[in-house]
Amino acid sequence: MTVKTIRQALHEALEQEMRRDPRVVVIGEDVSGGAGTEGGRDAAGGVLGVTKGLIKEFGETRVIDTPITESAIMGAAAGAAVTGLRPVAELMFSDFLGVCFDQIFNQAAKFRYMFGGKARTPMVIRTMVGAGRSAAAQHSQSPYHIFTSVPGLKVVVPSNAYDAKGLLIQAIRDDDPVIFCEHKLMYDLKTEVPDEPYVIPFGEANVVRDGDDVTIVALARMVHYATEAAEALAAEGIECEIIDPRTTSPLDEDTILESVERTGRLVVVDEATPRCSMATDIAALVADRAFGALKAPVRRVTAPHTPVPFAPSLEKLYIPDKERIAAAVRDVYGYAR
Amino acid sequence: MSTPLTAITMPKWGLTMTEGKVVAWLRDAGTAFAPGDELLEIETSKITNVMEAEAPGTLLRVVAPEGATLPIGGLLAVIGPADAPASDIDAFVSGFVVPEPDEEGAEPAQAPAPRMLDVDGTRLRYLELGSGAGVPMLLLHGFGADLNTWMFNQPALAEGRRVVALDLPGHGGSARDVGSGDAEALRRAVEAFVVALDLGPVHVVGHSLGGALAALLATHRRDLVRSLTLIAPAGLGPEINAAFIEGFVRASRRRDAVEVLQLLVHDPALVSRTMVEDVLRFKRLDGVGAALATIAQAWFAGGQQLVSVAADLANLDVPVQLVWGREDRIVPAAHAQGAPAHVVTHVLEGAGHLPHMEKSGEVNRLIRRFIEG
Repeated sequence: MTVKTIRQALHEALEQEMRRDPRVVVIGEDVSGGAGTEGGRDAAGGVLGVTKGLIKEFGETRVIDTPITESAIMGAAAGAAVTGLRPVAELMFSDFLGVCFDQIFNQAAKFRYMFGGKARTPMVIRTMVGAGRSAAAQHSQSPYHIFTSVPGLKVVVPSNAYDAKGLLIQAIRDDDPVIFCEHKLMYDLKTEVPDEPYVIPFGEANVVRDGDDVTIVALARMVHYATEAAEALAAEGIECEIIDPRTTSPLDEDTILESVERTGRLVVVDEATPRCSMATDIAALVADRAFGALKAPVRRVTAPHTPVPFAPSLEKLYIPDKERIAAAVRDVYGYAR
Repeated sequence: MSTPLTAITMPKWGLTMTEGKVVAWLRDAGTAFAPGDELLEIETSKITNVMEAEAPGTLLRVVAPEGATLPIGGLLAVIGPADAPASDIDAFVSGFVVPEPDEEGAEPAQAPAPRMLDVDGTRLRYLELGSGAGVPMLLLHGFGADLNTWMFNQPALAEGRRVVALDLPGHGGSARDVGSGDAEALRRAVEAFVVALDLGPVHVVGHSLGGALAALLATHRRDLVRSLTLIAPAGLGPEINAAFIEGFVRASRRRDAVEVLQLLVHDPALVSRTMVEDVLRFKRLDGVGAALATIAQAWFAGGQQLVSVAADLANLDVPVQLVWGREDRIVPAAHAQGAPAHVVTHVLEGAGHLPHMEKSGEVNRLIRRFIEG
């Protein structure tokens, strides 16, 4: 067991699955990169550094650099998947899903259903989400809720390196299209990660912290902010249970509902915009199925319904932080009818 | 002239423990205690357990109050003769030095780490504690467990002797390849391990499936075994909780795992969230599911125990003691009756299938008394 970053964990998952299964291929913009430059092939190793080094071991038939054309990457991956490969395609910024959404939403997600259950589409789309780099409105979004709303797609939103490796291996071995959302500010986050391959089943939330007073459901980077908030709140005598769903589709509804049945209070923390979002979806789930247990209104701590601002000062206000999370928890904890 | 004062310090339970929290003191300062008396309750990130007195004494001063979190080796309390002057106690407390963790901040530099050993082409992980002239001891865990099952026992038993806890094939950090996984295959692996480490003759303590293996080892290699302590061993009757075995092999989600693991214990509170998470993390590794299924099939197919060691025990001229939890819901305590008459049996109240965890102090004393007496 070694401590690894999310970047290393993802690389290890790809490397081990490519060794295990010759059908696994990687495709995307500059996944090796560097051709024609001074540095030579693999000089880039992906804009994220996750795929660096793979071409040395697996060659260019399995590590495929493409032009900047998301529709072709996703179309090629979907076609390869239905014809027997297990592609892992990189959609660098999830913000660009607009140019390739037909291939994802109306092709890959539907093949199983359009071909009488006889087609399998084992493709993975790795893509970056998240604000915090002052990359402005077109490179900072977290649109996993858009993927989540499409039946036929599975959606993964990992929050740590252990989960990232186990969930990516599960995604590669899964026979349905999986969108794997990596937060761009979390690649260097470290935790203990087994050297061996392992899988984490989809639809199994992680209970990050036990508590009986307030349930916090948080995704990706927000899991860490929620944990910081919970530690501060514990000093005030408020014990929070933190649930990290890990996957938004399928969603582990039971773990969320069972927790709220016990605590009677729910705060959902999501970096995405609030309309038709995961925060809204989970709030609706609890209002619908655990209404009788609620002692206070459900609170959502999210970004505002606005494009991500470029100005660092405004972007800081845009992203939920631990103070806002703590305030929402105090609010529901102190609520009186 | 100074009085002989000693410290009670934060114990290290398990490989990953770095600190512990004082949940409650079960004795008041100033009171005397006897060996086995419960002193305090300590909570780690994985487990809550009671710390018992090793020797008689008087609790002179509680240094760590309830709620305090201390690193391993941190000063919990001062014990000594009842008439020790307060000034001596003050001096002892102020002079006490907590062992420094290393630069990583994780564990003390001298913390024992498990090692790997290749025997007959199989990589086995083990943890060795203690040294001295005493006859060494081998600890064999049960089905689905690993060497961490001995976290409350191994440090206490390792005074004056080497105590080696092994991960059986397919378990813990050992290789996933278990071959046929049957009694013969696992017994051979244990035998090769004892020989390779030059441990024998050795006191063997085996739990559940590990108990049956201990008996088989003694039968096949009498020369390697000095005594047997069998804790809720397999092999003394046909019954086994099939729901546990099948459920444990199948469980991949927290909810299922909690249900199955609670069958192991008398007090379900022992099954903490992190304990469940540890089991799931192990079970998620490639190859573990197949290894466990192979062993389960070879030992417990059809919900019956297929391995019997009753005849082995009857024909063995090795000291044997049995320890069982009255509330065992995996292998019934009534199986103790299947043992031959010369075997000493202890049935412990308030314990399920894990008496060495639930009643660790008592089990440690039984083992020490047995091998010393």
